[in-house]
Parts: sequence; structure tokens; C-alpha cells
Amino acid sequence: MIRKTVASVTDALAGVKDGMTFMLGGFGLCGIPENAISELVKMGVKDITCISNNAGVDDFGLGLLLQKHQIKKMVSSYVGENDEFERQMLSGELEVELTPQGTLAEKCRAAQAGFPAFFTPAGYGTEVAEGKEVREFNGKMYILEEAFKADFAFVKAWKGDAAGNLIFKGTARNFNPCMCGAAKITVAEVEELVPEGELDPNQIHVPGIFVQRIFQGKDYEKRIEQRTVRQK
Amino acid sequence: MLDKNGIAKRIAQEVEDGYYVNLGIGIPTLIANYVREDISVEFQSENGILGMGPFPIDGEEDADLINAGKQTITALPGASFFDSATSFAMIRGKHVDLTILGAMEVSENGDIANWKIPGKMVKGMGGAMDLVASAENIIVAMMHTNRAGESKLLKKCSLPLTGVGCVKKIVTNLAVLEVTNQGFLLLERAPGVTVDEIIKATEGELIVKGEIPEMKID
Repeated sequence: MIRKTVASVTDALAGVKDGMTFMLGGFGLCGIPENAISELVKMGVKDITCISNNAGVDDFGLGLLLQKHQIKKMVSSYVGENDEFERQMLSGELEVELTPQGTLAEKCRAAQAGFPAFFTPAGYGTEVAEGKEVREFNGKMYILEEAFKADFAFVKAWKGDAAGNLIFKGTARNFNPCMCGAAKITVAEVEELVPEGELDPNQIHVPGIFVQRIFQGKDYEKRIEQRTVRQK
Repeated sequence: MLDKNGIAKRIAQEVEDGYYVNLGIGIPTLIANYVREDISVEFQSENGILGMGPFPIDGEEDADLINAGKQTITALPGASFFDSATSFAMIRGKHVDLTILGAMEVSENGDIANWKIPGKMVKGMGGAMDLVASAENIIVAMMHTNRAGESKLLKKCSLPLTGVGCVKKIVTNLAVLEVTNQGFLLLERAPGVTVDEIIKATEGELIVKGEIPEMKID
């Protein structure tokens, strides 16, 4: 077995530098790499580009990096729910590339799977298509989208083992599996790091080959963005 | 005239047995409450669940179980979870039977705008561009006019587009309309609404053929 375990989040983020491009898993605040984000704030790394479906909220998730003006550019599909983000975007401090959600996922997956680019119908005829190659297949129009290039992917899983195998829970899976192996180095933090052999190979969502470093995460807040309930 | 729940009730009648349905944020979310109970339907949420159930009982919320609106939800028996690339494979690959979403503007040729007001509001398109570019059966749920009383059914959208020529049907507080090659074909009137009122509230080409029936809503 090839061991991927590192002792701490500090070890896991070794090599992170100013100006790098990071992928971060999560949808809203669900399934975000909380430990990696805290460490990036602590390290004070600057001028970074973040590829993440959303940008957190003002005081949690990627909002923490925005507060400290560490992010130069965001690549996301939806950035509502964050006033500081909106302020930085409208004032021009923050560069923003809005990408359709399915295209964002596929640009990650393409990088993971070794495709340089792919055609998608999403965004044809809109400003998303500006400057992109357009081609017709079977009477329908598609635009060419390129795979992402990133230095690190930070993902969060429910369980993982020393081999880097990952299992996710509920809708906290979202972009996390698509980002594994899509950057030069993939760092996985898990709620529960189990000894090798404990995870059923039939149930693995992401095989360890896509993960370079794995560590036991701690102090998960797992904040709920919209608490909606019904009465019994 | 219908309220938001009335629009949701009318659209719920379009949901058929065996449909996989993707509901957008806003009015579309309400539709799940009004789908007939004697048919089998599964709701897809693009963040990675098929078989989405109602909100959890107070105290049973799970941070790892949300919908695309980031609301806490439940999973029904037979539900499945998946990653975002798989979710959009379902959408782009036309495996989802019906997509219902809101809009700021729709044009008479079926273009839709719902993600950006330049200089004012830029929240992003989320999954809307993928949905409208691929789905074959798209219903728009929206108010017929904006807060200023201006028509949202236009000759040409003034806002940045989400997709071109994709909307098939529109249900508003005033009417049910089908998008045809000639323009908006008026199919039904909301209870108590006259054809004249619909004509006045529609800027785009409106086709009125014969007697227009009133919607049947319980």
C-alpha cells in the first residue's frame, strides 16, 4: 500500500505559495474543506485563484479568505449570499469568472481524466460563449470549454484511509470527487481517518490514486446555511 | 390572478407519472408540495441528490443533506447521492424529464434571462445555463410583470441571456402560454383574469386563438 497520511494540516499544505490556483470542494457550506481554508487564512497566502462552486458566506468558508483580501480571482457558478464578495467584485478588487455549474464540474473532471477540453451546450448564445470556439453537432450548437489547471485541490470527505481512499456522506459529496486528481497535488481532509483495510473496497467513492495527501481533520463546524424544517 | 402558490399548483399539473424533475429556486421549489400523490415522481437537486424529500422534522436537520438552495432537506426511500459531474451528466444527457425554473425575462422565441442584472445584481448562473441548454421540457414559473409593472414576456430579452430558444411553456400569475415559432400562444387564463389584461401585460407577440379557457385549480 502506498501511504498518503500526513500528520497535520500544516504538513498537508506544504508547498502552497502566493499566486497559486486552488480547487476547493463544497456546495455552499456543505462539504467544504474547513481545515484547509483555516490553514490558508493562517498562512496568509496571497493573490490566489480559487476554483469553487460558491464563495462561502461573509464569516465562513471562502468568506474568511475574502475578508483578508487573499483571493485575487474566483471561478464559481454562484456567488450570492456574500456581501463582502459582492462589494469586492463591484469595486473591481476581485476578479470573478462565472462559469455554468455543470461546466465547472466537467472542467474539473476533464482535468482529472486527461481531457484538454470538451464541448458543452451550456452557455451557447450567452456571454459565457464569448471568445470560445463554437461547433455544431447533429444540428445543435456547442461551445468548447477547457480543463482547469490548478496547483492544489483541497477536498473534504467523510471517511478516508491511509491509502487515500475516500467515502463521502450525503450531498457533501458534490464537487469533491471531481476535484480529486484534477490538480498537481490533491489534499483530502476527512472527518474520520480509519486504518487501512477498514473501508470496504466496494464502497469507495474516490480511489486513493487521485489523492496525494490525507489527514484527520478536526473541529468541524459544518455550518448550515438555510435551516429549513417542518413540524412533526 | 394567481399568487406564487397558485402558479406552483398549476405547474404541478404538468408533472407526470415516472418523471424525474429538477426544480429551480423560488416558485419552482413550491411545486413539490402540490404534485399528485397517486403518481411516482423523483426530484433531482443539482448539488447531488435524486429522490429529494421534504424539509426535515425540527431537530433532525443534517448539515450534509441540503438542496441547491442550500436548504436542509431529507432523502426519500430509493434516493441516491452523487457528485456534481454525475449530476450534470443527468441534466446534460437529457435523463431529467422536466425542468422548472424562474426567470426575469422570457422572449417570444423562447430565450430566457435569469442570472444577471448588469451593474446591479450578479449572483451567477449556478446550474441554470446547463439546465436550459439541455432540457427538452422546460417550464418557466414567474410573475407576468416586474415590480414596476413592466412585462417580463418580451419581443427580445434586455438582460444577459441564460439560454437561447429553450423555453417551451410559461406559467405566470395571469396565464399559461406556449412558446411557438410565431410567438406566445395563450393557452389558459388565470381565474378572474381577462384576455385583455393578458394582452396589456404582454410586450412580446401574443397569439389569441378562439375562446381561452380558465385554468382549473383546486
